[in-house]
Amino acid sequence: MDTLIENFDQIRDGFLTTIWLLIFSGVLSTILGTVLASFRVSPVRSLRAIGTSYVNTFRNTPLVLILALAIAVIPTLGFNSLGFSIGIRNFNTFFVVAALGLAAYTSAFVCEAVRSGVNSVDPGQAEAARSVGMSFLQSLRMVVLPQAFRAVIPPLASTYIALAKNTSVVAIFGVPEAAYVMRKLSNQFTTDVWFIFGGIALGYVAIVAILATASSLLERRLAVAR
Amino acid sequence: MQFKRTKALVAAAGLSLALAACGGGGGETDVKVAENPKFEAGTTMAKLADSGKVTIGVKFDQPGIGFLEPGADAPSGFDIEMGRIVAGALGISDENINWKETVSDNREPYIQDGTVDLVIASYSITDERRQVVGQAGPYYVTGQQLLVREEDKDTITSPEDTKGKKVCSVTGSTSLQRMEDEYGANPVPFSTYSECVDQLENGTVDAVTTDGAILLGYAAQNPDELEVVGEPFSEERYGIGFKKGDTAMCQFLQKTIKQSFEDGTWAQAFESTLGQSGVETPEPPTVDSTC
Repeated sequence: MDTLIENFDQIRDGFLTTIWLLIFSGVLSTILGTVLASFRVSPVRSLRAIGTSYVNTFRNTPLVLILALAIAVIPTLGFNSLGFSIGIRNFNTFFVVAALGLAAYTSAFVCEAVRSGVNSVDPGQAEAARSVGMSFLQSLRMVVLPQAFRAVIPPLASTYIALAKNTSVVAIFGVPEAAYVMRKLSNQFTTDVWFIFGGIALGYVAIVAILATASSLLERRLAVAR
Repeated sequence: MQFKRTKALVAAAGLSLALAACGGGGGETDVKVAENPKFEAGTTMAKLADSGKVTIGVKFDQPGIGFLEPGADAPSGFDIEMGRIVAGALGISDENINWKETVSDNREPYIQDGTVDLVIASYSITDERRQVVGQAGPYYVTGQQLLVREEDKDTITSPEDTKGKKVCSVTGSTSLQRMEDEYGANPVPFSTYSECVDQLENGTVDAVTTDGAILLGYAAQNPDELEVVGEPFSEERYGIGFKKGDTAMCQFLQKTIKQSFEDGTWAQAFESTLGQSGVETPEPPTVDSTC
């Protein structure tokens, strides 16, 4: 127990990195996933093909493999100073590559969740939008997607929760986040292993609890009486 | 026809053995395989000598220490040479040694459940480990050092120079923890040292840190680009792991290690492996008197 208290600053720093990873890869994957979903439901065959092959590639590849490939290839190609800073916080190349890898993987799942939402909107809605003269993009943006997002909240929340836990994989790809702090402390304080595991697990539980609460609040807020 | 084919197979097998022997995959040290060594009945040594086979746990991913080259049949390195010396003293020749890959996390379980008879895998002797397994030695003493790119060898010369720099090592290792907590380096954790060395070579991290012996192996692979800098800033004493409580085995290992210091096989083993990076062969360490 003392180990947790004495090393609180390290644990906090680890979880901060985890949360930053979650924010960056979450935002990126939401954008990319929505674009991909619009590809998959578009009337243009080549766009559909791009969307389908992206999802098939990234959903079927283990996350560890994607990250290992990214971290081995991207810096070797010469992109080894991708780091940037926001305020006093620095994000190094490994963080950027890890966030990109996580986003590339998660966007396949976001895409499928959004697509299922689009499919849940009555086709009559899209037809009505077309009949008043909207283009495909206009009907998607103003009529279909707003309704789709309502249906999409529960599966999207699951995707982000999975993402929050998936960030722990990057502990072996150069990013010292919460799982790294756990490995470090458990090696250093062998007798306190159970408290360390428990403490780190609680941290993840807290992050997931926030995501789950936010999702159910949003769901309630956007609910329509049917 | 059948006969001819068998003969061809035998010839091919002989040829590949001969190739393996001169391919640098071990065999640089003249290990004298003892003829019918005498051990007290009932000891582990007697059992191993009678069966004529021994299983030794070694690293497969540390050049110079224990490394399986792509395509090679057997690993090579300083630990492998030590294994051959010990097996030789048991009267077991190279082809009857079964090299088993161990990683840092499974060395103790492998000894305890008998998967391996001995562990020679850059295995530092510590009090905590001696609670669960036996460790004889040390046969080599090394310490934590830094591996940097050739062009940085004048700017990073001691651990204090790594403050705020990206230093890579294995996730959860003591070496990385020390760099972060004592010297203020930015830790970059990976699962293997080779990944760290890749990131050092492509310029994404500034230094790789772990035991000097392991770093020397990487420097020997790429002497024009990588350099081990500074003095060791910790002490790691490599020992041979065996089943806890086997005192006879411990005495035998201590004796064999001492003998290899005296008859020059230890020095040969060093020169043909870690010595390739250009470092001088050090004085052999003092073997612990207790077991």
